[in-house]
Amino acid sequence: MTTTAKYETTIGLEVHVQLSTQSKIFCGCSTKFGATANTQTCPVCMGLPGALPVFNRKVLSYAIKVGLAVNCSIAGMMKFDRKNYFYPDLPKGFQISQYDLPLAANGELVILTGGVQKKIRITRVHLEEDAGKLIHVEGEDSSLVDFNRCGTPLLEIVSEPDIDSPQEAYDYLTELKAILKYLGVSDCNMEEGSLRCDANISLRPKGQRELGVRTELKNMNTFKGVKNALEYEIERQEEILEDGGRIVQETRLWNDAAGKSSSMRSKEEAFDYRYFPEPDLVPFTVDKKLVGSVRETIPELPRKRYERFLSDYKLPVLAASTIVQDKDTADYFEECATLYKKPHIIANWITGDILSEFNKRFSSERNATIMDLGIKPEDLVEMLRLIDKGEISGKIAKAILPEMIETKQSPDEIVKAKGMFQIKDKDELAKILDGVISSNAKPVEDYKNGKEAALAFLVGQVMKATKGKASPKIVNEMLKERMGRP
Amino acid sequence: MKKKIDVEYIANLARIRLNGKDIKSFSGQLDDVISYIEKLNSVDTKDTPPTTHPLPITNIFREDEVRESLSVEKVLANAPEKRDTSFKVPKVVEGE
Amino acid sequence: MPNDLYKLTAYEIRELIKKRDVSPEEAASSFSDRIGRIDDKVNAFISYDKENIKEELKRIKGKEAGALYGVPVAVKDNICVEGRLTTCGSKILEGFKPPYNATVIENLRREGAIVIGRANMDEFAFGSSCETSCYGPTRNPWDLERIPGGSSGGAAASVAAGEAAISLGSDTGGSIRQPAALCGVVGMKPTYGRVSRYGLIAFASSLDQIGPFARDMRDCALLLNVISSYDPKDSTSVDRKVPDYTNALVNDIKGVRIGIPKEYFIEGIDAQVKDSVSSAIKLLEKLGAKVDEVSLPHTDHAVSTYYIIGPAEASSNLARFDGVQYGLRAKGPLLDMYKDTRAAGFGDEAKRRIILGTYVLSSGYYDAYYLKALKVRTKMREDFEKAFESFDCIVTPTSPTPAFKIGERVDDPLSMYLSDIFTIPANLTGIPGVSIPCGFAETDLPIGLQILARPFNEEMLIRVGYTFQENSAFHKKRPRL
Repeated sequence: MTTTAKYETTIGLEVHVQLSTQSKIFCGCSTKFGATANTQTCPVCMGLPGALPVFNRKVLSYAIKVGLAVNCSIAGMMKFDRKNYFYPDLPKGFQISQYDLPLAANGELVILTGGVQKKIRITRVHLEEDAGKLIHVEGEDSSLVDFNRCGTPLLEIVSEPDIDSPQEAYDYLTELKAILKYLGVSDCNMEEGSLRCDANISLRPKGQRELGVRTELKNMNTFKGVKNALEYEIERQEEILEDGGRIVQETRLWNDAAGKSSSMRSKEEAFDYRYFPEPDLVPFTVDKKLVGSVRETIPELPRKRYERFLSDYKLPVLAASTIVQDKDTADYFEECATLYKKPHIIANWITGDILSEFNKRFSSERNATIMDLGIKPEDLVEMLRLIDKGEISGKIAKAILPEMIETKQSPDEIVKAKGMFQIKDKDELAKILDGVISSNAKPVEDYKNGKEAALAFLVGQVMKATKGKASPKIVNEMLKERMGRP
Repeated sequence: MKKKIDVEYIANLARIRLNGKDIKSFSGQLDDVISYIEKLNSVDTKDTPPTTHPLPITNIFREDEVRESLSVEKVLANAPEKRDTSFKVPKVVEGE
Repeated sequence: MPNDLYKLTAYEIRELIKKRDVSPEEAASSFSDRIGRIDDKVNAFISYDKENIKEELKRIKGKEAGALYGVPVAVKDNICVEGRLTTCGSKILEGFKPPYNATVIENLRREGAIVIGRANMDEFAFGSSCETSCYGPTRNPWDLERIPGGSSGGAAASVAAGEAAISLGSDTGGSIRQPAALCGVVGMKPTYGRVSRYGLIAFASSLDQIGPFARDMRDCALLLNVISSYDPKDSTSVDRKVPDYTNALVNDIKGVRIGIPKEYFIEGIDAQVKDSVSSAIKLLEKLGAKVDEVSLPHTDHAVSTYYIIGPAEASSNLARFDGVQYGLRAKGPLLDMYKDTRAAGFGDEAKRRIILGTYVLSSGYYDAYYLKALKVRTKMREDFEKAFESFDCIVTPTSPTPAFKIGERVDDPLSMYLSDIFTIPANLTGIPGVSIPCGFAETDLPIGLQILARPFNEEMLIRVGYTFQENSAFHKKRPRL
């Protein structure tokens, strides 16, 4: 818990996820991101007079999938409702959403936070249509409206206020995103808005039963942003409470660049959304057969896979949780692990050099996976075997990896082509060693006088002279032998 | 008679500006109508489910297939104001 | 030869064209000349121009086999026609040309029909008199001082006055049947879901249905054949085979069980209406129908139920008219733009209904009004289900009175609302209903007989209506203009 001794923090999150169907929720327009404004619209998603919505079948199965993955019970009957309000990005003057009969409710998500598992209850999961986008014109009294995003299927996942700290909120989002990615139902790209998060947060004196007055935080564009906004809000609320003030229930906009939030202007009136059943859409029965067939398409989810990686591969906690985060990475790991029986070494390479190469090369690309690096599991394993056999050093392996990505050659080919094999010929090494010893009289003397650090320096000199093509272990042994202190 | 409906408040929810005369005449007329429709309270509906659709149709879907969108010229043909391919509206202040 | 094709029915025109005795051009010009001569008086049309008709005539080339090839049809101004003004009789849709066609328009065009003009209507179909159009009231062709009924007053009057052979209206609480009765023509509201609503600018989504106006039952069946379809673009459209409705044009009702709801012969019903309807029932009995009394106990609550559900849905359906994408836009910052656009764009009746609908859905009132109305709606459905266990159809007056004077009820919404009492139940319950001419009041004002049947039993309406028509002559009388 991040709170001070005096207060407890209570956080609930509302996550909006765009589902990655080909077409929109109620019409055939494409959901592709980044098109020219208003080129992916039709009478239905523009809400033109007379146009009518028809529900996309795939949206229902995607939503059921998510509902099941967060352990919700799936409603046997669901319907859509209209949420009425005026806003220029909402072309019908109402949003088609779900009010009293959401698709799924009463679930829970187990997250790993601070090294322990914790259950966060899920209140509900419901479907709705996304709104359009407003672009504010600098220095002008006007805004521009692009309706391309209108009608993109959205799933709202609402948690109970079970989250105790900004870090927990971060861990919850990480877990949820991993699940959604495993399910293949969303890109979960916060920058492009395919995953959005609002937070409700309140503080109360420790031991007090009833919750404090909460504020709602909006406009966080990264998980880190969510965490920062919550931390800022805790400090802000704490200060007010400490000064004997009262928290005002309000919505606050996070400004990531400024690192602070500000109150949205107070509304002219309280919102009254006047929900009522959408008469243009019929109710939907969600029978056991449908739920059963969707259930069959759910893969092993990250939390379970994590447990299995700990027990089957004996991976360290950190490596396991990093690898399971992404389904493709975890699949890659397991493929390698069937070929090479030292899983922790594979895990080290994946969480280290491989992921860092991946982030370097693909950080800005959507939907890129670890496979896009082009390192086949067989090649990675071949490289690890070369190390085992002493053919190459770890250091050389690190140099080979980018070559493998660039040239798509096997490690063996690269090593041969570039002559990167380790010098295993002791005579050849001995010559180099002798040279280093004779030109470094002072360190040699120091070593002989018991200064261990001098040895490391000398090893370094040898490695430098061999361009890393010597085994540090062997060099170490040979140096000690030669300097008479084995 | 006690006023039943706060016409000004409701008109504001519905984003319709009313002048004083409208408010007065609508209040009277709508109070009459509301008094009339309150007759419904005499019907016992304790165990009656609501009917939202006149016919009991369920499960009407379309498949997830992309159809051609409207041409952007058609989309913007009726726009009161536009810029490039976007609709132009008075400045939207966040939170308004 | 003076071209008086406009006096003919759609069926007759189609037959003449088929035999090549007349061309579609001749038929169209007969009607357009008629419009030119009399529409200044009747004001049945909001928009109509000869250029459009030329285009329509070009469009039907190659559709010679179509069921309505060359037949001029008037279309209510709330049904979208691509690239043509579609205003709903409202200033807020000033200049609006939809970028797409309603499904019924596609259906009409497939069968070679000609859209001759756009029929006047109460603004957004809110009204029973066709007086709330921003394009001025339509006048009853039988008496120009009187209303034609509404909201599809223009569509009814155009057929009565010979300005169109047939027409399309929409019926949310009686908006086809009541003006049909008051104008002396046939008007049918099909079963909810029989005709696609795609492209019909919604008033109340769960009540609206497009339907035909015609001079007789045969034309009504012909037009119903064309507009009925399952439409994958309308989730509430029903995937059910469309029969050939002309097969129901049978002059025989022997053994048909007709129920007469006792609740429909209430105080306030005009004596001449009562007499005409009673005579009509006697005739039906004479023709072999078995007539008996039936009870629809919740009839008294129909108007209340309707004036909750209708305005509630309307308040939401009309939220899109906000000045952003099309139509009227007032100047000023955003909130003022909204409020002033809607203040200037909507007429009083539209404002009243939007406010009423917003109110019944607003926080704290939903259960007491909206939810209650949905429950009473269930009661009414049960009433009809029970009645149809013993009866094949139900016969009632269409409207409690003949056409009233223009201006008579504009400031008394409640009395206007009560004039829908006999037609509303069919919308609330989704069942089909038709109004046919069944008599005249002293002053030559038409009176209508309403026939109601089970969902998707339009054939029963056609059979009973046709038999009545073949054994009476009310439908043959035309107004003098």
